[in-house]
Amino acid sequence: MQNANGSTAGSSSASGEASAPLRNSKRPKYSRFTQQELPACKPILTPRWVISVFTLIGIIFVPIGLAALAASNKVVEIVYRYDDDCVPPNMVNMKVAYIQNDTIDKTCTKTLKVPKHMSQPIYVYYQLDNFYQNHRRYVKSRNDAQLRKASEANETSGCDPERTANGAPIVPCGLIAWSLFNDTYSFAIRNRNLTVNKKDISWKSDRDHKFGKDVYPRNFQNSTLRGGAKLNLTKPLSEQEDLIVWMRTAALPTFRKLYGRIEQDLVINDAITVQLQNNYNTYSFSGKKTLVLSTSSWIGGKNDFLGIAYLTVGGLCFFLAVAFTIVYLVKPRKLGDPSYLSWNRNPAGH
Amino acid sequence: MASHSVNPPEDSAAAEAAPNTVPPRRGSLSFRSRAERSSSETLSVEIMERSRSRPMASYASKRSDSDKLGSQREIDDDEARFVYINDPERSNLAARLPNNAIKTTKYTILTFLPRNLFEQFHRVAYIYFLILAGLNQVPQLGVFSPAASILPLAFVLGVTAVKDGYEDWRRSRSDRNENNRVALVLVPGDREFRPTPWKYVRVGEVIKVAADESIPCDMVLLATSDPAGVAYVQTINLDGESNLKTRYAKQEMQSTAPEALSGLIRCEKPNRNIYGFLASVNVDFPTGTAATKPVSLGQSNIILRGCELKNTSWVVGVAVYTGQDTKVMLNSSGAPSKRSRLESQMNREVILLAATLFALCSIVAILAGVWLVDHRHELDTLPYYRKQDLSEPQVGKYNYYGIGAETVFAFLMSVILFQVMIPIALYISMELVRLGQAFFMIQDKNMFDEATKTRFQCRALNINEDLGQIKYVFSDKTGTLTENKMEFRCASVRGVDYSHGEEESLFSSVSSGETRKPKTSVKIDPELMDAIKGGQGIEKANLARDFFLALATCNTVVPILVETPDPSVKLIDYQGESPDEQALVYAAAAYGFMLVERTSGHIVVDVLGERQRFNVLGLHEFDSDRKRMSVVIGFPDKTIKLFVKGADNSMFGVIRKNIDLDIIRETETNLHAYSSMGLRTLVIGMREFSIDVFEEWHSAYEKASQSLIGRAKLLRAVAANVERDLNILGASGIEDKLQQGVPEAIESLRQAGIKVWVLTGDKQETAISIGFSCKLLTREMTQIVINSNSKEACRKSLQDAASTARRLKAAPDSESTFSGTGSMQTPLALIIDGTSLVHILDTELEDELFEVATVCDVVLCCRVAPMQKAGIVTLIKNRTDDMTLAIGDGANDVSMIQMADVGIGISGQEGRQAVMASDFAMGQFRFLVPLLLVHGHWNYQRMAYMIMYNFYRNSVFVFLLFCVLYSVIYTALPTIIVGVLDKDVSRKTLLKYPKLYRAGQNNERYNLKLFVLTMMDSLWQSLTVFYIPYLAYRRSTIDGPSLGDLLILAVVLVVNIHLAMDVFQWNWITHASLWGCIVATIICVIIIDCIWMFPGYWAIFHIMGTRLFWACLFGILVASMVPRFTTKALTEYLMPSDVQLARELEKSEETNLSNSSEIPLSTFSQL
Repeated sequence: MQNANGSTAGSSSASGEASAPLRNSKRPKYSRFTQQELPACKPILTPRWVISVFTLIGIIFVPIGLAALAASNKVVEIVYRYDDDCVPPNMVNMKVAYIQNDTIDKTCTKTLKVPKHMSQPIYVYYQLDNFYQNHRRYVKSRNDAQLRKASEANETSGCDPERTANGAPIVPCGLIAWSLFNDTYSFAIRNRNLTVNKKDISWKSDRDHKFGKDVYPRNFQNSTLRGGAKLNLTKPLSEQEDLIVWMRTAALPTFRKLYGRIEQDLVINDAITVQLQNNYNTYSFSGKKTLVLSTSSWIGGKNDFLGIAYLTVGGLCFFLAVAFTIVYLVKPRKLGDPSYLSWNRNPAGH
Repeated sequence: MASHSVNPPEDSAAAEAAPNTVPPRRGSLSFRSRAERSSSETLSVEIMERSRSRPMASYASKRSDSDKLGSQREIDDDEARFVYINDPERSNLAARLPNNAIKTTKYTILTFLPRNLFEQFHRVAYIYFLILAGLNQVPQLGVFSPAASILPLAFVLGVTAVKDGYEDWRRSRSDRNENNRVALVLVPGDREFRPTPWKYVRVGEVIKVAADESIPCDMVLLATSDPAGVAYVQTINLDGESNLKTRYAKQEMQSTAPEALSGLIRCEKPNRNIYGFLASVNVDFPTGTAATKPVSLGQSNIILRGCELKNTSWVVGVAVYTGQDTKVMLNSSGAPSKRSRLESQMNREVILLAATLFALCSIVAILAGVWLVDHRHELDTLPYYRKQDLSEPQVGKYNYYGIGAETVFAFLMSVILFQVMIPIALYISMELVRLGQAFFMIQDKNMFDEATKTRFQCRALNINEDLGQIKYVFSDKTGTLTENKMEFRCASVRGVDYSHGEEESLFSSVSSGETRKPKTSVKIDPELMDAIKGGQGIEKANLARDFFLALATCNTVVPILVETPDPSVKLIDYQGESPDEQALVYAAAAYGFMLVERTSGHIVVDVLGERQRFNVLGLHEFDSDRKRMSVVIGFPDKTIKLFVKGADNSMFGVIRKNIDLDIIRETETNLHAYSSMGLRTLVIGMREFSIDVFEEWHSAYEKASQSLIGRAKLLRAVAANVERDLNILGASGIEDKLQQGVPEAIESLRQAGIKVWVLTGDKQETAISIGFSCKLLTREMTQIVINSNSKEACRKSLQDAASTARRLKAAPDSESTFSGTGSMQTPLALIIDGTSLVHILDTELEDELFEVATVCDVVLCCRVAPMQKAGIVTLIKNRTDDMTLAIGDGANDVSMIQMADVGIGISGQEGRQAVMASDFAMGQFRFLVPLLLVHGHWNYQRMAYMIMYNFYRNSVFVFLLFCVLYSVIYTALPTIIVGVLDKDVSRKTLLKYPKLYRAGQNNERYNLKLFVLTMMDSLWQSLTVFYIPYLAYRRSTIDGPSLGDLLILAVVLVVNIHLAMDVFQWNWITHASLWGCIVATIICVIIIDCIWMFPGYWAIFHIMGTRLFWACLFGILVASMVPRFTTKALTEYLMPSDVQLARELEKSEETNLSNSSEIPLSTFSQL
């Protein structure tokens, strides 16, 4: 066969030389590109490659997994769900009425125990459950131009259904701002107040570029249906950090938002007295509210998942490396052996 | 007649209303675009019955060959068309006959838009895109901007529409040119011929055509410039064959001046049959004595539109079929538009994906509905939903239309969001990839024909990948396998073999200062030349002279003078219906017996420099019963000789055996040697007539030629009576020159599991001898010949053939026929002729033929008509899913080329019809090997992978979107690059192992199993892409845009690494596009996150600053690839495909090569 093809190619090139002096403008120009003969690397999954890839992944993944698990274990978390606790016992069956009644004092006190030494900074989060800050109706309901420039205060497009109140535009408009979280926490240890630093809890980029320094709230929470917190009308939006944090909408329905930082260590078995103002209405959609005090690690908060995932994948790769080694030993096959070609294996073609 | 005169005789209106009998033609350039050429504009007609079936000097009516095909029957008045010669008014009175205008356009200005759109929307996916574009117009759903959603579809539709429109405009322009050509038409009253545009020519009008002009419509010959009524037509524009065909005017009409002629022709209704014409004519003689006896007209009395008149100064004919009724137009079957196999398979997957899409969207809608019902009391105040709109004094509803409507909206909205599941970009990518592939095919220097300076042409852009899945190749013979050049190679004179052509012939004929030379020179054997000149004895010289004189005279070849730049030198171009005869005459000329002039009565031959005039006293034409022809020649010295030439088996029966036994034996030996060399052999004999014998023959001959009934039969009897007791003169061997590399190409194709069928118009013997010389047939093959004249006989021979085949094939499995070498079975060859096919095709016998044919390794069809060629292709196409390819060069191959899945035209020859109708055109048959085995394999592999990968990638996006709603970044470029550039195995390996081609035939790279696996893989990958970040960021402060950035980067990396894992060859372009795409995506994300207007402002910088992000990204990449990598490694190792093994082979060869090249270097340095 090879000879036959060789001769064909040979004769054609011979005739090509013979007629070369003739005009041959139509003849394709030879280049490695047009002849599809660019130099190329042709990787093949040899046993050595397969085994080393799996081993390498195992070697990388298992230590990372272990480190992540360790880091996650070192994180100390105090988690306190208070939405049920803070409803007075007589109103347990009418939570919505309770939360909507402005005359009732919503203060609620609870003592939390520090399970382990917590070194500063200790982050204070509130966590909402079943709150879809990623709902398409919700996410769209804001106007970034209005937030940035005072001159664009009247720009409320996209803010439905919270664009105007009493005929005047709302600043900041939209459902997101309207539903601003308004529970507050204060902490004390042995009757001494723990200061919560609420500065720089939002992204600097947001403060500097997204929320204007000369934009002040206007006509906010003035409609009949009150959503959440009111804003300090004398502070520009760029300094309303709770709003800025809230406006960075969460990706998932269970989310935490930074409330502040406690910048001192907490000692094991310390009793923290938390005084919270339980204002925010999650009862109408049975959302949960949780207060979280947590330290942090290089991997973030307390979450074992990533460590376990890395260990699993790493372990699996080690296993596969071994399995492939066995396969290669049990069924050795010389790579590039023509006798394996289907027509050589079975001359009858079956 | 009364029954016909129903319609008003307004012929122009009738013509306008004439039904457009030409079906829509395929989009690409059609044959009509040759308006620039002066030649006629018609499509394929091969006048099948060529060669010796018609005598030179036939005098009057003869039965046409169509009689043999069974069309001999009386024409009923209902089925007849009445043509009154020279009376178009009356001819058109009876029926609405179209005028001679032709229309090949598909659209008019009004119908263009609806019709074109209707055709385009045959693509299932386009309907889907249309629905989506419609959905986007609903303001409540406003996911994307309405205008932007229409753009891609509008673009795709627009480009195609413009292309179609342009082609149609070109067609209409060439129609216009064609219709406005001018013919000389006899105006009945004026008795003179007036120039008239073709389009106004009507049935019944008498038209005069001068030499070298095109025939404007199908017309019956009335008179020609030749007193015997002979006219020659060239069909080069029809079938690419340059030889002349002979047509005759009936003596009954020839004798009357055309202006005065009137009469009635009863002919068949227009039909496609170009071999048959059935009509009769009643001529009214001007004397008033109406001829009562109708004269029958046949195939040889009609000249068809599209032919050109040659070697005849003028002819006059009456138009019988015009415009769309002409046989040529009826035969220009519009090609069905071709769609690639992969694309039709893709429709299946598109539907599957649409179902998945529907299911996903239903889930979304149901869940949305359930949620709304659950929360129906809270919707007013729910912070993240709040349907109450308090902006106005009256409480309104914010984007809320009730639970039912909202559920429907949720469904439609998710449809819009998930629409990428079936990507419109895939269709655009496919077009781009095909463009790239076409570029590489055109540029391939291995498919450049040096001889004719033609490069490969891609005429159809949408079936590139089909080239990788061909299972049947239907090949024409003449001009495709062979060069259509007969070459005289050997002569055996009186038992002595002379086959050493060495010297250039020096003979030329000089008369009155003018030198005439044959156009083609033949190498001559010096020994034979010496014998002719008398160097080996006078007896030998006489015999050799008789031998060549026989070659020069015993034929129907016409010498035509061709001018050369030198006015004193003219070339003689021998034209004839049989290329064999041409070769023999050229050979005779080279040995000094140059045919200079031929009329119906005499021949002038330049014998060794001296012009001699021979009288042609009679000519017995070739027929398939006798298998020989003969002429009776009166020599200048008053001797009379009969020269006979014919096939060896028929000749040895009539040769005088009692003398020259040695010579006969020697000649037989030589003949055997010639035919085993693949040469076509003829035996030449001679008989000298005594006066008595001549007189006897002459009276019988005259009587036979003048008889009106059964003339052919009588003439045959006369010939058989006189062709006996011959002296053997010798034998000739003619080579039907194969094109370069044909046997090797056929062998490669056969190895690749492709069945090669040869369909030829040639005789059975010729076809078989070519079969042997191109290695299609081998000596160990058992030949099954089907050669029957009736349906019953066909049935019987098919049954016999089937049982023979069953007996010989140990394994009935049809797969085994592909195995070729190495099997124990006897290979089978089926040889079937056109007459049998007439009885088989389109009847219930087709199935039996199909069974026999598919069992046979080789199928040879001889004497097949163009439509039969198409019929055979259809036979296979309708019964199997196998891909078919037809290759041919002439117009007779057009129907086959259009019918087959892939049609290839051989370019570089004269006729352009085949190329115009083809999908691909190239210069040589052997280019089929690189085209199919290399480019076809790559194209298929690339396209299949690209489609599969597109489905995969988009479903990853969709499954991901199903979890989290976010926008999509497109990553089309690397796929296109891989689709254009990647190759699994190198050209060398593909040519070395033709069997690798089976990957395409077996749909290895694109099938449902692979699709389902890919979809499962994509599901797993999207699950990892979604759930790893989801679980890692559960209960964290992660914001939407940041998580979105992570997901986008992850998904782009995943799909590109997936692609990278499947890339076979990494060259710099692949590297650049793949990594470039990833970098571009990152840059895009960064740019978007730098715009303060978007909620995701600065998110990427924040999240990239966390280690969790990188840990997630890395984890996703590895976790998503592990199953794929494992499966790939396992299957490649344990169940390697042939392609995989070939890659390994290639790799190990390369390493060996580089090692071996390094070793000498190192040893060198040590020295």
